[in-house]
Amino acid sequence: MTDAKHLDKMKGTSRRAGRKIGGSVCIFIFLTLLGIFMVFPIYFAIINSIKPVQELFLFPPKMYVMNPTFDNFKDLLSVASNLWVPFSRYVFNSLFVTAAISVAHVFVCCMASYVLAKCTFPGAKFFNELIVLSLLYTSNVIYIMQYMVIAELNLINTYWALILPVIPSTMGLFLMRQCMSQIPNAMIEAARVDGASNFRICWGIVMPNSKPALMTMIIFIFQAAWNTTGGSFVFNEAYKPLPTIIQQIGAAGLARAGVAAAGVIVLLIPPVLVFVIAQRHVIETMAHSGIKE
Amino acid sequence: MSNSTSSSAEKRLLTADEIGNKKYDRSYYWREIKRNKSCYFMLAPFLILFTIFTVIPVIMSLPMGFTDFDMVHFPKFVGIENFYTLFIEDDVFMTAVRITLVFAVFTGPISYFLCFFLAWLINELPGFLKTLFTLIFYIPSMSNVYYIWQTIFSGDSYGWLNAVLINFGFITGPKQWLTDSTYILGCVIVVQLWLSLGAGFLSFRAGFQGIDKSMYEAGAVEGIKNRWQELIYITLPSMGPQLMFSAVMTIVSAFTAGTVSQNLVGLPSTDYAAHTLMNHAQDYGWTRYEMGYASAICMVLFVAMLAANYLIRKILNKYID
Repeated sequence: MTDAKHLDKMKGTSRRAGRKIGGSVCIFIFLTLLGIFMVFPIYFAIINSIKPVQELFLFPPKMYVMNPTFDNFKDLLSVASNLWVPFSRYVFNSLFVTAAISVAHVFVCCMASYVLAKCTFPGAKFFNELIVLSLLYTSNVIYIMQYMVIAELNLINTYWALILPVIPSTMGLFLMRQCMSQIPNAMIEAARVDGASNFRICWGIVMPNSKPALMTMIIFIFQAAWNTTGGSFVFNEAYKPLPTIIQQIGAAGLARAGVAAAGVIVLLIPPVLVFVIAQRHVIETMAHSGIKE
Repeated sequence: MSNSTSSSAEKRLLTADEIGNKKYDRSYYWREIKRNKSCYFMLAPFLILFTIFTVIPVIMSLPMGFTDFDMVHFPKFVGIENFYTLFIEDDVFMTAVRITLVFAVFTGPISYFLCFFLAWLINELPGFLKTLFTLIFYIPSMSNVYYIWQTIFSGDSYGWLNAVLINFGFITGPKQWLTDSTYILGCVIVVQLWLSLGAGFLSFRAGFQGIDKSMYEAGAVEGIKNRWQELIYITLPSMGPQLMFSAVMTIVSAFTAGTVSQNLVGLPSTDYAAHTLMNHAQDYGWTRYEMGYASAICMVLFVAMLAANYLIRKILNKYID
């Protein structure tokens, strides 16, 4: 048997204990039924976006489209092309801000989570507790205080105000920390004995073995960054990201109901793409991850 | 006594005399800090940003609960008056506490269990289907289209739920799902559950994917017979960190729920039937501009979440390192 064939066999669930094909089929059917319930509202959002206006307000609402049309998307584009600030600027803002946040967040938080998960140093426990506390903390005035801090730093109406506050997002960090704590200490000790610095260990050994967590972290941060409206920190139209303008276009009342639906769908596309690509990577790791104690 | 310094002092173990001696303690810590300075360097970028944009605003917001603050005048210190009003005079607050607890008890455990169970079921399927189903279950958290539920729960006989129930003869006339206080809470809980397969769910998916496969092979040799045994004896014990992560995220979303109710049934809802603490804070903060009072509400919520977190940690203790 060749290696490739052997690997192929390993990839499936065939090596696992007590797998019956019937059980898998049952799981599939159960998940499909539940899945229909989950995507039902999404399906309506999608068909609303390709309905012509006269069909949108039909009662009872139809579950299918009689004359599918892309007019709503065309309208969205034509409204968007007559703006005071060119539409491409909003697109650029969103892409730039999202890319900057994602890259910086991954870099900054992966290092921090490695240290928090795998190093013992004075204060480690305190910082770990602090992360959880910050996740649990909720306050209605926190945005006011954040505004004051950002204003004090003279960052209002800059890209920095959109980017910097999101970088230390603790959700991704906490996930990464939790997943890194599963990596065997022996592996890190071995690298340390060989003279690797903490920095090398983090990026050379721990990160390649944390791929599922990394991909999940990217999904979280991309979604958060992409949906930033920056409402309270940026007042200059030229720095506002895409969701702000799409919401404004959609908020123009009944006449734009279809356009609003189209806007929701357009905004949904990039996160879904990132999600699918990232999840593919998560699943690939299964085939060749072998951390052994 | 001499065992107490077992762990991290590599160079020299302290003697019994030196422990408890303040001067030695300090120099010991100082040495430890210097020895681990690379750790602090790696933590620094995060810590600086975190301090500026999270810790400082949090510290600034803490005293707000003890003030009278309307966003125009400088906050005026009023002591515990806000809390006194909350617990003694504010009837709606007590309703909100009750609703929040009902909400948390219903959506919390159910969504936690669902996240784990569905992530596990998906993990049993072959590659392509994994991505597809993960996407299907996660997409509600990405899209925020819960306004569609308004059409589903619409109060006339054309609302989908009413239409279906009337067609099958379960009810004779349309029900006012979103304005009749008997049904409001139920509807909001359903939508909240629909939205609940979020961060925890994805962390479980990542966790399942990271488990060492050789453990399963070893398990099969050792006599594990089916999926359930594999789940309980191999998978669950190695998921401790993800169980904890998901628990924290579930606590947060269960206790701070309010957006769904606000968008679906309005603020305030009929008879305050779906009025959570978060809605109450929203009501006082952004409708009446009594920020100090709203802060006090949020503080009560924070304390409740701390308690829940403590409890969960006790329960999950055996899975956590």
